[in-house]
Amino acid sequence: MKSVTRKATRHVNQNEGLIFEKSSAGKAAWKLPPLDVPEVDTQKLLGSSERKDLGNMPEVSEIEIIRHFTRLSTWNYAIDLGMYPLGSCTMKYNPRVNEVVSRLEGLANGHPYQPEKVSQGALRIIKTLSECLIEITGMDAITLQPAAGAHGELTGLLLVRAYHQSKGHPRKKILIPDSAHGTNPATAATVGYAVENLKSDARGMVDVAALAAQMNEDVAALMLTNPNTLGVFEQDIAKIADLMHAKGGLLYMDGANMNALVGKVRPGDFGVDLMHLNLHKTFSTPHGGGGPGSGPVAVKKILEPFLPKPVLITKADGTLGFEYDRPQSVGRVRAFYGNFGMFIRALAYTLANGPDGLRQTTEDAVLNANYIRKGLEGAYDLPYSTPSMHEVVFSDKLQGKKGVHTMDIAKRLIDYGFHPYTTAFPLIVPGALMIEPTESESTEEMDLFIEAMRSIAQEVEEDPEMVLAAPHTTRVSRLDEVAAARKPVLRWKPS
Amino acid sequence: MTYPTDFKYTKEHEWIKASGNTATIGITHYAQESLGDIVFVDLPKPGAEMTAGKTFGSVESVKAVSDLYAPASGTVTEVNGELATAPEKVNKDAHGSWMVKIALKNPGEVNSLLSAADYEKFVAEEGGH
Repeated sequence: MKSVTRKATRHVNQNEGLIFEKSSAGKAAWKLPPLDVPEVDTQKLLGSSERKDLGNMPEVSEIEIIRHFTRLSTWNYAIDLGMYPLGSCTMKYNPRVNEVVSRLEGLANGHPYQPEKVSQGALRIIKTLSECLIEITGMDAITLQPAAGAHGELTGLLLVRAYHQSKGHPRKKILIPDSAHGTNPATAATVGYAVENLKSDARGMVDVAALAAQMNEDVAALMLTNPNTLGVFEQDIAKIADLMHAKGGLLYMDGANMNALVGKVRPGDFGVDLMHLNLHKTFSTPHGGGGPGSGPVAVKKILEPFLPKPVLITKADGTLGFEYDRPQSVGRVRAFYGNFGMFIRALAYTLANGPDGLRQTTEDAVLNANYIRKGLEGAYDLPYSTPSMHEVVFSDKLQGKKGVHTMDIAKRLIDYGFHPYTTAFPLIVPGALMIEPTESESTEEMDLFIEAMRSIAQEVEEDPEMVLAAPHTTRVSRLDEVAAARKPVLRWKPS
Repeated sequence: MTYPTDFKYTKEHEWIKASGNTATIGITHYAQESLGDIVFVDLPKPGAEMTAGKTFGSVESVKAVSDLYAPASGTVTEVNGELATAPEKVNKDAHGSWMVKIALKNPGEVNSLLSAADYEKFVAEEGGH
């Protein structure tokens, strides 16, 4: 085996208290010049609304502020530090070229209130990205307004509702497989639908017979993630779509796992009526604190009249502009036209890769997940043997015999210098370990990960108590999550 | 763990103890064990209608939020208010920590549920515990 440098189990990491604890009365990080305009009598202006006492605000100097936040930043784990194998989150590399392009002066300083005639470049970016995403998904139209994935789901189900209302029969139910992301049932309930659970079969896929039995004219749509949260492609997808359409229902696809499909297969071609994408997953824009996110919703022609307004159009004179006269629209779902900065990054990623590059990306993402699957086989239980796409789900069944569960293994993984995988999800796998490496990882980084995971499996056999007490090398050890949930302390109070 | 034989059980891991036209409902020992530390129990108010097989509340643990499914139809007559401030009681004694008491709509409905022996067999297959 090639010699590899193990990731640090301990790195310099500054201790730091709360900024309130650093405060001393009268200290300030600013100094204003003398007033050179007439003084305003705030008391006269505001009356009893004037507030002189700001309560407990931290009073610190400039360098104390800088040090405070810089020290806190050393506690972070980021994709720029190492592999971030959170399943279904697609924590891929955020290419630096995206950042360069989005900082170009004309783009960075653009303002949404600029007249359309001086915003043609920005509008062109929106149009080109829309066209690329429509081509990639095989759909007919798109809105880029939603701010992230769950917001995309909400927008999608508002479209579903508007569609069925226009047909004169609003329908009451949304079907959701038991392997679904938790946001799916939450979205359906928020839009006012009743949620009906759909059981998975032994392969981890939608049970087509159960779907046929549950599908009727009260069902507005099926919300399906494909590949699903087991990382398994729904092989009966065409049959599922036919079953939905035969009874007038719609097929919604949660595009969270689109990183397994881009350039290879198009949801629009396998019967999906509408879907959301996560630009912060599949299209490489920052994710998890580095956002904001972006959750475009792509639809088939039948849903186009209901899209949020305004809609980008090419006017008679050939210029681009927004159309507001959309009588059937569900209305605006986001200020202006969504998180424009993310559109620039997603388009930079898409154009830099091109069709062949995107296809390669998908193949590499699937290859990497299978490399990890092979590397960990035997050490961890694989509850579903169906071929894996972009992520692989193990269970803690073997380690459970020693009283060690998925959360304990995840905590121990931190000691090896990795961000934990997704624990305890999907819910249909008791004690799940859900691992998604993405295409960004090299074989060297994945070998380190596999070695770390195999080493933990060994530790569970030899010294389970040590794993149960992990992490050992972090600034703080295992936190009391139960006490935090039962008796939360939500703000600092002077002692 | 022994499951009380005077209870009936559902595949969604609720227990029900019927006596005449009334019944007491909670979640099983297996359910509390799979959920892990319970931090919040969301229950209906007295007077609420419950329909067999439909959700009537939820249990939140550190891991997940899980729906509670009604083992039988009826009207809620009493709610265990103690669980609002001490949800950990469900972890300590799942079969002793009842959640709601209901007036049964159709007392015969309870008979079709799983017996203690059937339920034990069911969880042994499901989780390998």
